[in-house]
Amino acid sequence: MSLNLHAVRAIYRFEMARTFRTLMQSIASPVLSTSLYFLVFGTAIGARMGAIDGVDYGAYIIPGLVMLTVLSESISNASFGIYLPKWSGTIYELLSAPVSFAEAVLGYVGAAATKSMMLGILILATARVFVPYEIAHPWWMLAFLLLTAVTFCLFGFIIGIWADSWEKLQVIPTMVVTPLTFLGGAFYSINMLPPLWQKISLFNPVVYLVSGFRWSFYGVSDVNIGLSVGMTLGFMGICLAAIGGIFRTGYKLKQ
Amino acid sequence: MQPIIAAETVVAIAGLTKTYANGHQALKAVDLEIRRGEIFALLGPNGAGKTTLISIVCGIVTASAGSVRVAGHDIGTDFRAARAAIGLVPQELHTDAFESVWATVSFSRGLFGKAPDPVHLERVLRSLSLWDKKDARIMTLSGGMKRRVLIAKALAHEPQVLFLDEPTAGVDVELRHEMWQLVRELREHGVTIILTTHYIEEAEDMADRIGVINHGELVVVEDKATLMRKLGKKQLTLHLQGPLSQLPPGLSGLPLELADEGNALIYTYDTQAEATGIAGLLRRLNEQGIDFKDLNSSESSLEEIFVSLVRGPRGRETA
Ligand SMILES: Nc1ncnc2c1ncn2[C@@H]1O[C@H](COP(=O)(O)OP(=O)(O)O)[C@@H](O)[C@H]1O
Ligand SMILES: [Mg+2]
Repeated sequence: MSLNLHAVRAIYRFEMARTFRTLMQSIASPVLSTSLYFLVFGTAIGARMGAIDGVDYGAYIIPGLVMLTVLSESISNASFGIYLPKWSGTIYELLSAPVSFAEAVLGYVGAAATKSMMLGILILATARVFVPYEIAHPWWMLAFLLLTAVTFCLFGFIIGIWADSWEKLQVIPTMVVTPLTFLGGAFYSINMLPPLWQKISLFNPVVYLVSGFRWSFYGVSDVNIGLSVGMTLGFMGICLAAIGGIFRTGYKLKQ
Repeated sequence: MQPIIAAETVVAIAGLTKTYANGHQALKAVDLEIRRGEIFALLGPNGAGKTTLISIVCGIVTASAGSVRVAGHDIGTDFRAARAAIGLVPQELHTDAFESVWATVSFSRGLFGKAPDPVHLERVLRSLSLWDKKDARIMTLSGGMKRRVLIAKALAHEPQVLFLDEPTAGVDVELRHEMWQLVRELREHGVTIILTTHYIEEAEDMADRIGVINHGELVVVEDKATLMRKLGKKQLTLHLQGPLSQLPPGLSGLPLELADEGNALIYTYDTQAEATGIAGLLRRLNEQGIDFKDLNSSESSLEEIFVSLVRGPRGRETA
């Protein structure tokens, strides 16, 4: 089976063009709001907080905040990318094209993940303006960022296919993902929690992402780094399996 | 003009059935063969199943049963080759509001697996009078222009078969004629065209062959001329020298009607019948001493044929 590369490229370009057309909303606004966190928590409040694991509080929260933004933007961007044509009706063209489901995923998720990477790196660069920090393992850092971006873009793509209303498009991100990210150890080390809550936190997948990502910066982590990588890959595997299931059933795309 | 030399089948539909999730059966074992290079009109009232049929062939709706081959490729097992051969202009004006015309047609070409070809795209846009709008955002265009954009998108990858689902619904007369012109040009370039419509005149003016669909069933598929001949009723109108108050008993039993306040006799006959019976009619008129000063005949239009077909036998009796 040959790959319809022209189609993958067409979808990718189309989605990137949409990103650049809405630059303010898709890039500038998340960068600005994350910068406000750095300003408030990092410099203003952070000055009154002690260091965690030997890292200044202002620097400590950077990886978590980047993760948080990349994660939620990946979901919302990827879900929006596939929901929009469903909603406007232009999906007819994708459905009638000689494009396999895998190629559609490659185009849409590839573009969404590219945007997430750009966003993550831009936020890291902005953070440097407010807070001095070093990256101990830059390649690991990039790997974690990429893994997170791809995984949560896949997750967003699934939500976008599943949703048949704007409400449904929002419900999982706001009701599930946002709480998990805020409780995922972006602002604190889970070792600071009471033992019971430490245990409960281990059920939160975001903890592993944030912990692993922070390790790539400062070499300190809440959970074992191997576990972090394993959990992220595991979640990615679940998303890929779900995508495969959607592909086999044509779920909600075709009547 | 019949452009078909050898009637090679380009779309082969067999036993196509569709039952929607709500239990509604939109297609009932439809068999249909479209010949390469023809203009085929699928004619039917709203809800007949035209869009469903097209959507299945194009891969947007999955069939409940039956098979479809396009250019020899099964739409299920060989969907890439089948779909690459098809262009679809949907019934609804679904467009990407924020895209430029050029971007959207380039996107379509890529999506259908073709390498970029600005020369071809320019030709398509020019033929649709869209060239000077190529950089305009689609949302700034009128409805008719958006319809053209959809056609341009469908032609971007040089399809062998073009489906036009109610292309002229809600389109002004001028654009309608331009579109018909375009369809004829495409046919001259070897593109097979399948259009659905509920405008009879469209089918009558454009099509080489016509299929009539109603309640998910193909009622008839015929060459347009044959259809007209087979199912058309002819009327012979005799303008009488003097008015008749009623039909004379000697003429009873004939399909005759008085019209024009008794000044005309209308004789209806089936062009399908062995003999028209006109000779006999004229003889009997002569016997009755009824003179006429003029006579003319008219053929029923496709519209009348259509109405009698979709109404079924009862409708035909009372029509
Ligand atoms: N998604 C759907 N679910 C249920 N019924 C449908 C759906 N789409 C179309 N139908 C029904 O199927 C029949 C055929 O519809 P359609 O193919 O759109 O007809 P046409 O294009 O000839 O007007 C109609 O009765 C319509 O209401
Ligand atoms: Mg229709």
